[in-house]
Amino acid sequence: MPKVFHQHEFVLLAILVGLCLVIGSVNPAFLEVDNLFGILTSSVTPGILALGALVVLISGNIDISFPSIAAFSLYVTTLLATNLAVTDQIMLLLVISAAVGCLLGLVNAVLVHHARLPALIVTLGTGSLIRGGLLAFIGTRIITDLPDSMIAFSKRTMWQVHSEEGASVGLAVSVRIFLALALLTHLILTRTMLGRGIYALGGAPESARRVGFNIALIQLFIYGFMGFLAGLVGILHAAKMRNANPFDLAGLELNVIAAVVLGGASITGGRGTVLGTLLGVALLVVIGNSLLLVGLPSVWHKVATGLIIIVSTGFTAWRGGLAPSTGGAS
Amino acid sequence: MNLGDRNLFRLAAITVVIFVTMSLVTRGRFLSVANFESMAFMLPELAILSLAMALAMLTGGIDLSVVATANLAGVVAALAITHLLPAEAGLGTTVLVVAAGAVLAITSGAICGGINGLLISRFNISAILATLGTMQLFTGIALVVTSGKAITGLPKIVQSFGNDTILGVPIPFCFFAAITLFVWVLVERTPFGLRLRLTGSNPVAAVFSGISVPSILFRTYLTTGILASLTGLLMIARTNSAKADYGSSYLLQAILVAVLGGVNPAGGFGTVKGIILAVVALLLLASGFNMLHFSNFSKEFTWGLFLLVIMVFNYFANSRQRR
Repeated sequence: MPKVFHQHEFVLLAILVGLCLVIGSVNPAFLEVDNLFGILTSSVTPGILALGALVVLISGNIDISFPSIAAFSLYVTTLLATNLAVTDQIMLLLVISAAVGCLLGLVNAVLVHHARLPALIVTLGTGSLIRGGLLAFIGTRIITDLPDSMIAFSKRTMWQVHSEEGASVGLAVSVRIFLALALLTHLILTRTMLGRGIYALGGAPESARRVGFNIALIQLFIYGFMGFLAGLVGILHAAKMRNANPFDLAGLELNVIAAVVLGGASITGGRGTVLGTLLGVALLVVIGNSLLLVGLPSVWHKVATGLIIIVSTGFTAWRGGLAPSTGGAS
Repeated sequence: MNLGDRNLFRLAAITVVIFVTMSLVTRGRFLSVANFESMAFMLPELAILSLAMALAMLTGGIDLSVVATANLAGVVAALAITHLLPAEAGLGTTVLVVAAGAVLAITSGAICGGINGLLISRFNISAILATLGTMQLFTGIALVVTSGKAITGLPKIVQSFGNDTILGVPIPFCFFAAITLFVWVLVERTPFGLRLRLTGSNPVAAVFSGISVPSILFRTYLTTGILASLTGLLMIARTNSAKADYGSSYLLQAILVAVLGGVNPAGGFGTVKGIILAVVALLLLASGFNMLHFSNFSKEFTWGLFLLVIMVFNYFANSRQRR
């Protein structure tokens, strides 16, 4: 039903544009270049995580441990870098962090696939194990003297724009990494046999196994990929914040999963696109950004997020119809 | 022995091991009367939340909003009591106002549970996502009405409900015993309980045997919400205050207890006996950790480890048995 997908993404785009126009008319500051660049920059963290969560959801699984994985990778990598004084290569830091994240993701995959445990409960367990382990045994101190390469990276911008006041505004380089990863995820999902396998696993696991997909390998990939992206996000986030804070990112899983579901992915698996996810992330980030701009106090943010999750999942469940409700937990 | 009995036996063995280890490691301090009394005060909140969680998991679902519901109910009760109570109120009026607050809290719990039930049974939203959303929503509402601050200034009678004893038994413990009895009868001795477990173990068979699955799901989440609101009342009685984001670590622990107590996350299996035994095991562990001055972070680490180890162990033990 490609037509339906197009409709969903078209509806999202229409809502997004309409919302931007409304907010822009209430508060013109919203449509200025520096605010729009700011929105793009703040979508990097939830956006990259959403790409991983999309792959996990399409395969019919769920992962709520990725914020813990991201915090763990970012903190351990920064600690390594400052202690061993490997500070000159941002690429090296990204690779180390992504590798740490990927390894932790593979642990999830092994537990979910080989021990046949429900993914929600496994990742709830690994999430608290990783976060608790990080804070109890590795450290709770916020590292503020980041490696030089991370500071330099966070200052690099592209597309310099000069505003009327003469200040120059640029787009953070991390946005480019985000877009490249989005393209990569899109290509994996739509142009490779692996991607077909991921959709097949989510649509009908037993059929996927019988037509010869290697389910173990697919499970390893989806959780490994989620961990890999979480590791990357960790370093990008630390560079943006100019510190490595082990308490950061906790609780982000809800917003990320909400964004992916808002983008049209189904929690029971088999459906979802990168474009929809990007629009879902954009919508959530714009709403989060604009609640303050239109003057809604911050205590309302949780209510807004909750309503968005309920309405969007309700809409997807209603649209995608109509499988008998079993209220499945896994 | 059947599957349930073996899980229960294993759990009893784990509990004894924890008990003996903690007694040895703390050099007997663990065995003091004061420690057991403090555990008897700590147990009811976690136990009732775990029973609520277990009910949802018995149907093959989950309720991530239990703690949010409990806090919202607590906030509702505290707001009602502090606003309705006239200055210089006599004992009679105070009791009446507190009772009204409790009724309002339970009503709000029923509404929360009802919303979950509607979303899951009528709108076919998966239980994880529906309760993920309502968890945010309920916490958000509690945050909005309290502006994020704790509500204090409750009358003395509320505090004594949470902290006094009758004949040496803490009042919350009596409360908990009554609720456990109610849940036990509901799940294991009524037609509703039978249908609930059948729905969880095989929803398709449940439909074909004439069970209205949506109605069972709705009533289960309604009960879950009410149980959560009762926990909320216990929380405000014990701490003498209400807050929108109190006790968030209870969520993981409630799931841990349900899984530990033999509730199959895919639905259908689990007993009230097992859950109570699991709460006791977890509490012995927590109380021992407190004595050994473990940080909250290492507790979080241990809960996660414990959850995974138990599940992996159960999986291997049960699959060997089946062969």
